[in-house]
Amino acid sequence: MFQNMLNSIDPYSMQILVNIGIGIILALGLNIITGLTGQLSLGHAAFMSVGAFAGALLTIKTGVPFYINILLSGLITAVVAAAIGWPILRLTGDYLAICTLGFAEIVKVVFLNLEITNKALGLTVPTPDTSLPMPLIVLIVVCLTIIASAFIQNSRFGRALKAIRDDEIAAESMGINIARYKVQSFAVSAFMAGTGGCLYAHFLGYINPSDFGFLKSIDMLSMVVLGGLGSIPGTIFGASILSAAPEFLRFMSQYRMLVYGALLVFMMVFRPNGLMGGIDFTSFVLRKLGVKPRGVSRSKEVQ
Amino acid sequence: MALLKLDNTTIRFGGLVAVNGVNLEVEEGEILALIGPNGAGKSTIFNLITGIYPPTDGAISFKGKSIAGRPPHVIASGGIGRTFQNIRLFGEQTVLDNVLIGAHTRGNWNLTGALLQFLPSVRKEEGRLLELAIHCLSKVDLAHKAYELASNLPYGEQRRLEIARALAIEPALILLDEPAAGMNPQEKQTLLKMVRNIRDDGVTVFLVEHDMKFVMGLSDRIAVLDYGSKIADGRPEEVRANPAVIEAYLGKGAAH
Amino acid sequence: MFLQQLINGVALGSTYALIALGYTMVYGIITLINFAHGEIFMVGAFVGLLMVGYFKLNLFLAMAIAMIFCMVMGVVIEYIAYRPLRKSSRLSALISAIGVSIFLSSLAMMVFGANAKGFPSEAFPSHQIHIGNADISTLQLLIIGVSALLMLALEFIVQKTKIGKAMRATSEDYNTAALMGINVNFVISFTFALGSALAAAGGVLVGVLFNSVSFNMGLMAGLKAFAAAVLGGIGSIPGAMLGGLLLGVAEVFGVAIGYSSYRDAIAFAILVLVLLFRPTGLLGQKIQKKV
Repeated sequence: MFQNMLNSIDPYSMQILVNIGIGIILALGLNIITGLTGQLSLGHAAFMSVGAFAGALLTIKTGVPFYINILLSGLITAVVAAAIGWPILRLTGDYLAICTLGFAEIVKVVFLNLEITNKALGLTVPTPDTSLPMPLIVLIVVCLTIIASAFIQNSRFGRALKAIRDDEIAAESMGINIARYKVQSFAVSAFMAGTGGCLYAHFLGYINPSDFGFLKSIDMLSMVVLGGLGSIPGTIFGASILSAAPEFLRFMSQYRMLVYGALLVFMMVFRPNGLMGGIDFTSFVLRKLGVKPRGVSRSKEVQ
Repeated sequence: MALLKLDNTTIRFGGLVAVNGVNLEVEEGEILALIGPNGAGKSTIFNLITGIYPPTDGAISFKGKSIAGRPPHVIASGGIGRTFQNIRLFGEQTVLDNVLIGAHTRGNWNLTGALLQFLPSVRKEEGRLLELAIHCLSKVDLAHKAYELASNLPYGEQRRLEIARALAIEPALILLDEPAAGMNPQEKQTLLKMVRNIRDDGVTVFLVEHDMKFVMGLSDRIAVLDYGSKIADGRPEEVRANPAVIEAYLGKGAAH
Repeated sequence: MFLQQLINGVALGSTYALIALGYTMVYGIITLINFAHGEIFMVGAFVGLLMVGYFKLNLFLAMAIAMIFCMVMGVVIEYIAYRPLRKSSRLSALISAIGVSIFLSSLAMMVFGANAKGFPSEAFPSHQIHIGNADISTLQLLIIGVSALLMLALEFIVQKTKIGKAMRATSEDYNTAALMGINVNFVISFTFALGSALAAAGGVLVGVLFNSVSFNMGLMAGLKAFAAAVLGGIGSIPGAMLGGLLLGVAEVFGVAIGYSSYRDAIAFAILVLVLLFRPTGLLGQKIQKKV
């Protein structure tokens, strides 16, 4: 059934849809560390590249089943991120941002000099042998990423991250181990970037370290900022628009980065919460409906 | 044995000695107030106890164990809750979420719990935390505002929300930094009852406050700080009659 | 050999120092990493190139015009992209700064094209001087000399003039300075103007030194200069000068002993190490967190 549905979409549209899907995975990943935890990462493209190269090499050298490959790429990236994050996440906001950028450049330079990643020539990635068609796999990973993001946001773990974002001193005074949560959030974020990178590598069939530079990181950041830092629907929206835009606006492709730059400034000055940010939909609806949490009836006992 | 004990605690910022060799004991179950003129070092003492600043010299022990120099989150988990002089709520989050964050140390499920939140044991814990949060909110009469944004509350209610958030740690000791600041007399009266209730629930209260009437009516014991040193310590009526205290507040000659 | 590399390093390092000063001054006053600063440096290089190559002006005159142009640009950028965000979170201001940076570099690519441009060879007829076994070009001497002169001028402005005093006061305590009747907005604009002028001078010098000006030269140079500012201690003017020189020398020696393909990584490795082991930098002051 899926096969028929997929076949009815022409290849060009399919390519755009898959790009959107990968964009959503990457943006949701960045949203965890930047939107939810409030730590600006300017080097997320590096994590994407770690996942892409790990996935490509796993396919080329070991030929593990693709589904396991996706998972492993994510895990490898998460481990790399935790190793990098452990020392640098002690830094505050701006310093951290610059440090992530610095690390991203170092990762790129290392890949450009490694024999195994074929240096500056890049790697050609064979199409994986899977029972499900590639677009469907991307769709499944997108759904899982959305569910995981929503789960994280509404949990004890997610509340701790939001507390760190809003006020570190208050958060640690509530018993939250800031360093540990930052590293964990960084690793989760990188895991998503790694899976996104792995899918990207296998869908495109060719990867080069230079594809994962600073501008790619800005691509991801623009998606999250456009939709609204910390908002899952916003991030999905932003990623969809900006992943599809280059295709529909081919005639102005050379202005793309110009528009992104202006967009970042404009959003910060006029709509810092993004097009859809600033609203916590669940509690907004609950408040409008006048729903009270369980046990409120006991509240009057004080007087 | 005292619940909290400061032993010759000192902190210097550069050349300034903000807290100078303070000895202080907080007994279990009491309401102790720390008073003193502006800049006497009262909030700094709170920041020393909660680990925001490590002391330059001296010891701090809680439940008989040294906590000086431990990171804030460890001290908080050990059972010390606090509020802040300049309110530090998570303003863009709901009242309920603020208190749930306070209940952080009462839960165990982490990232795995977040991803597997459909498991019965995770749901059970989440339900327990929610119940605790509502309970703490009702202690300060804010449960009916659970889904409001914290920043939308009036000032007095924000101060009470900070108390609820600190209570959610289920602390043995709660530090209240000027809880009555900016409240009108009626709100102060309500707050007074709430703080007494908190103590009656078995939480030791240590507060910094400027409002003398509030302090005199509430505290079992009062310590007075001036220029970083403790100048008096005793029951309210003793402290009120202490010449050194009157001098610190009103200047030389006023005691006569 | 050693002397040769040292001179090369100092020449490169003094241009880093010129750019690093802008980062450090702005950070000292409004605690913002002016991410667009590297792009101002790039624009300065292009304006200088335009003046020399198209209008056939003398190199020094071209540099002066580039400095004035970038002063105006720096002030305008602050007014549009940073001033409205002064009360917002630092994350917002930083993202806005990144936006400006992306905007300027893509604008430069559209106007000047993607290929690097060179200064005409008659811009500064350079010749070699032999000292011992080292070859030193007059160009390197020019760079070191001009940089030193500009830094002395900056030191004079900051230490001896009224506006310099206002700058120091504002960086010490923004709110108190405002209460004392200092026009903080003017001080901030002035700081951006000063920093941008130095970056523009650095841009022209680097353009002549490497004989290459391109739209994407700002990012890497800006990041390295930022690393230099952090190394010296962010907020400290002598620190930025020292950090720039050290970084330039480190990079040249790193390349000389055979790590040329890791050239750009050297600065970042230093940056990360400094941040981890001495976050206040070599000459910076300890910052007490406020509760």
